[in-house]
Amino acid sequence: MTKKIVVETTINGEPTEFLCEPRQSLLECLRDVLELTGSKEGCLTGDCGACTVIVDGRAACSCLIMGPEAQGKNIQTVEGLATGSTLHVLQQQYLEHASLQCGICTPGFLMSSKALLDRNPHPTEAEIRYALAGNLCRCTGYDKIVRAVMDAAKSAGAKMGTGATTRGPSPKEMTEQFVKEGK
Amino acid sequence: MHAINYEAPKTVDEAVKLLAAHGEKARPLCGGTDLIIQMRAGVRRPEYVVDVKNIAEMRRISFDLQHGLRLGAAAPAIEIHENADMRKYYPGLTEAAHLIGSLQIQSRASVGGNVCNGSPAADTTPALIAVGAKCRVVGAKGERLVPVEEFCTGPGATVLRPGELLVEFQIPSPARHSSDAYLRFIPRNEMDIAVVGVGAALTLDLDDERCVEARIGLGAVGPTPIFAKDASQALVGKKLDNAAIERAAQSAVAASSPIDDMRGTAEYRRHVVGVLTRRVLAKAAERARMSDQSR
Repeated sequence: MTKKIVVETTINGEPTEFLCEPRQSLLECLRDVLELTGSKEGCLTGDCGACTVIVDGRAACSCLIMGPEAQGKNIQTVEGLATGSTLHVLQQQYLEHASLQCGICTPGFLMSSKALLDRNPHPTEAEIRYALAGNLCRCTGYDKIVRAVMDAAKSAGAKMGTGATTRGPSPKEMTEQFVKEGK
Repeated sequence: MHAINYEAPKTVDEAVKLLAAHGEKARPLCGGTDLIIQMRAGVRRPEYVVDVKNIAEMRRISFDLQHGLRLGAAAPAIEIHENADMRKYYPGLTEAAHLIGSLQIQSRASVGGNVCNGSPAADTTPALIAVGAKCRVVGAKGERLVPVEEFCTGPGATVLRPGELLVEFQIPSPARHSSDAYLRFIPRNEMDIAVVGVGAALTLDLDDERCVEARIGLGAVGPTPIFAKDASQALVGKKLDNAAIERAAQSAVAASSPIDDMRGTAEYRRHVVGVLTRRVLAKAAERARMSDQSR
């Protein structure tokens, strides 16, 4: 086994260091090392988009990035979308439109949607469909997802584009919150 | 995945030293959209992965009318598409890069990686052939320029010797009244591998609609991407009418040597080569006629 190396990144606005084997993907690092299990493992070949995260402002498949490549990068994951218990407008609209059934693809879809709206706050339906073409969903038939993104763009206004610096709750904070709310 | 050593040099010099030191055990990494999948599947098993994306020279896209284009081998497809010079002066190469996979893939995948992966169906290779790209290859003992149509030697194989690195593509500045185009056929709208891909670049003499220069590249219809030399030559000096385009298309069909596979039969592919060659020549010609207005 090769030596583990230290990788310094910013994840969801927070400077984050982690230790990984060079052969581990960013997805494995997020899920297994950092316990950020929101990003899902799907095909591992870059076809399904379930592992989509935002790296330096662009959507990318975390299964096709080696952990060490994350050095110095600014990474956003689905865990960073909500602010405390306030959902991001995309999350609200996905719920509103019932844009998910089994939910496995949802974190990836949310991150692709966010990457799009961060760059293009008022996309056309065609632009939304193009931006989401690298994410597969076998439940919804896509239409509800597209409607959700369209409505999120409409209702977002000044809320969009701030996600890079907002920090979602850590797994520990989430647990504390759930305990407090008696869940 | 097997254990690897990861290196991220900052200069071409450092990269070449690393590649030379580890020879066949090393492989350069750009966007990883082919290499990581191949390593996971055990198809390629490099012990040393040399990430060349952090080398500024390999990321740059620099163009001027006098010297032409230097396209860094590691520049991601999305940066090519977002580059105003690329869209204006090399629209065909730009559309080829923009056809590769989803946005997630385009944020990572590079033209250099596309060519070095050596797939006969690579979208950017026929487009690079059309614009007359030369590959600048650097090794420990010096560097050489390889015409892109000579770069691939078989499926998954290239002229790169152990220790050599494809640093950039050097592409001539388009002459007056010239332009390029790329078309591929896939059975879906997006996100698929070419059944056939055809790239073409044309220079026209607008006074008499004569073709001054032509280059046609074919993809997915042979063991390597193909420079359809006879088809290209057939156009030079000719008036670009339907008859000339038809002759070039027939010549392109003759230059192809496709196989039957899950994406299509050889017979079907030959037919599509003809169709796409006609369409891509018409598209490049239309752009060439317009090109001077945008200068």
